[in-house]
Amino acid sequence: MSDAASTHAIEIDELHKYFGDLEVLKGIDFVVDPRDVVCVIGPSGSGKSTLLRCVNRLEDPTSGRILIEGVDITDPDTDVDAVRRRIGMVFQQFNLFPHLDVMGNLTIAQRRVLHRSKGEAQEVAAQMLDRVGLAEKVREYPARLSGGQQQRVAIARALCMNPDMMLFDEATSALDPELVGEVLAVMRSLAEEGMTMMVVTHEMGFARRVADRVVFMDGGVVVEEGPPASILDDPTHDRTRRFLSQVAER
Amino acid sequence: MTDVASPPGRAGARRLTRRQRARLRRLGVYGVTLVVAAWLVVVTDWGRLQEAFFDPTIFGDQFPDMVTRAARNTITFTVLSFAIALALGLMFALLRLSPIRPYRWFAVVYIEVFRGVPALITIFAIGFAIPIALGTRVPGRYGAGCLALGIVYSAYMAETIRAGIEAVPRGQLEAARSLGMTQARAMATIVIPQAFRIVIPPLTNELVSLIKDTSLLYVLGTTADTIEITKFARDEVGRTFSITPLVAAALVYLAITVPLTRVVAVLEARGRRAR
Repeated sequence: MSDAASTHAIEIDELHKYFGDLEVLKGIDFVVDPRDVVCVIGPSGSGKSTLLRCVNRLEDPTSGRILIEGVDITDPDTDVDAVRRRIGMVFQQFNLFPHLDVMGNLTIAQRRVLHRSKGEAQEVAAQMLDRVGLAEKVREYPARLSGGQQQRVAIARALCMNPDMMLFDEATSALDPELVGEVLAVMRSLAEEGMTMMVVTHEMGFARRVADRVVFMDGGVVVEEGPPASILDDPTHDRTRRFLSQVAER
Repeated sequence: MTDVASPPGRAGARRLTRRQRARLRRLGVYGVTLVVAAWLVVVTDWGRLQEAFFDPTIFGDQFPDMVTRAARNTITFTVLSFAIALALGLMFALLRLSPIRPYRWFAVVYIEVFRGVPALITIFAIGFAIPIALGTRVPGRYGAGCLALGIVYSAYMAETIRAGIEAVPRGQLEAARSLGMTQARAMATIVIPQAFRIVIPPLTNELVSLIKDTSLLYVLGTTADTIEITKFARDEVGRTFSITPLVAAALVYLAITVPLTRVVAVLEARGRRAR
């Protein structure tokens, strides 16, 4: 991996995505470098979640290329499952496995995908659970956790796979307002530890304080991107300005 | 009895509260039911009824054979058929949901045919047509019958299981895939276990119904080895000229089905805690 420094973590070229006749992504180009935190903001329907879901092929791009650490995942010969192992994903609806307890949620993919021993998987799980501050919840079932706790478990579950990068799809949008903070705190500490992150979010305060770069999307295109201060405080485009005036900053 | 059912005077009725009126109505229903039951008890000719339906000697004669031989066979048939039905049902549910069109068509045809044809005809077909067509018998003393019942029930179960799989939120599959699981692995470890939890109540209904339908297998011919509860009772009716064996059979069926549904209800309640 001598060329690691020159390889982007995520590189997106001319990405188009149609749902039927509807063009949701109209030629997206952008890159995320290792250890970078990129926040994607924009009004609902702008295509930002679709873009994120294309990055680990939960959606199939209609055309264009997506390179993950130099590997083209739009190539039909690429083993998508292998690439996904290196990409952690956190969903708006948490999507914990309700039939498994927290330990089960954290170990099942380690066991079945990475073929770790039970002991090793549990050790990693305990470590990651501690990292999100929920060590005492090992034996709870998801239904008995608050939304914030569920989302932290979901983050821990993704971390158990030792991903090279993490995708967050509006990770705090389904939470009660008083629970948003605990999840953002975990995300922030991850960023500080140098995790590569692509974050679709409506939390402008988080974007300002944590992001290395902010990307504003609207109508299926990247309108502008840059350092948080310049995008959030001094946007070039009218559309960006209008959007920002409509969202309250936390 | 009658003074409980009738309201205590019209003038008072107007001043009754809503709850009092509901209570009065309920007492009225109880009263009427009791009156009807009492009337039935009085007019019934218990002596003749007992003679025809419950001759203690004949009833006693049914046991232990009805349990040790017939009920045992009924349970054997049921377990075998259910295992076949579950395996085929799951397979056809997955084919029905497959993105590959010919698989879906195949599953739809299979389900429609075996759900639409009476079980008895399918049993005849498997039992008699296969040996003629293929020149070979389905192995095992119970083989053909259980295969036939398994196929019939798999058609119902395929639809039940499909509905269960579709009821598992899409996000579950996506979460599993995002952790690097293959489609098959994600289905097997994440989606299908949740789907089965959802379909336990309808599957229990199908199991109970299957227990009773094993009584259709006599059409393939029975021996002392393969006789099940209903056939056993009917033979006894022919021998004793009394309906009593059928009453005994009904009680044996209940002794199997009621504990079964209770156990499933307990399991279900336990499973729900995890959801």
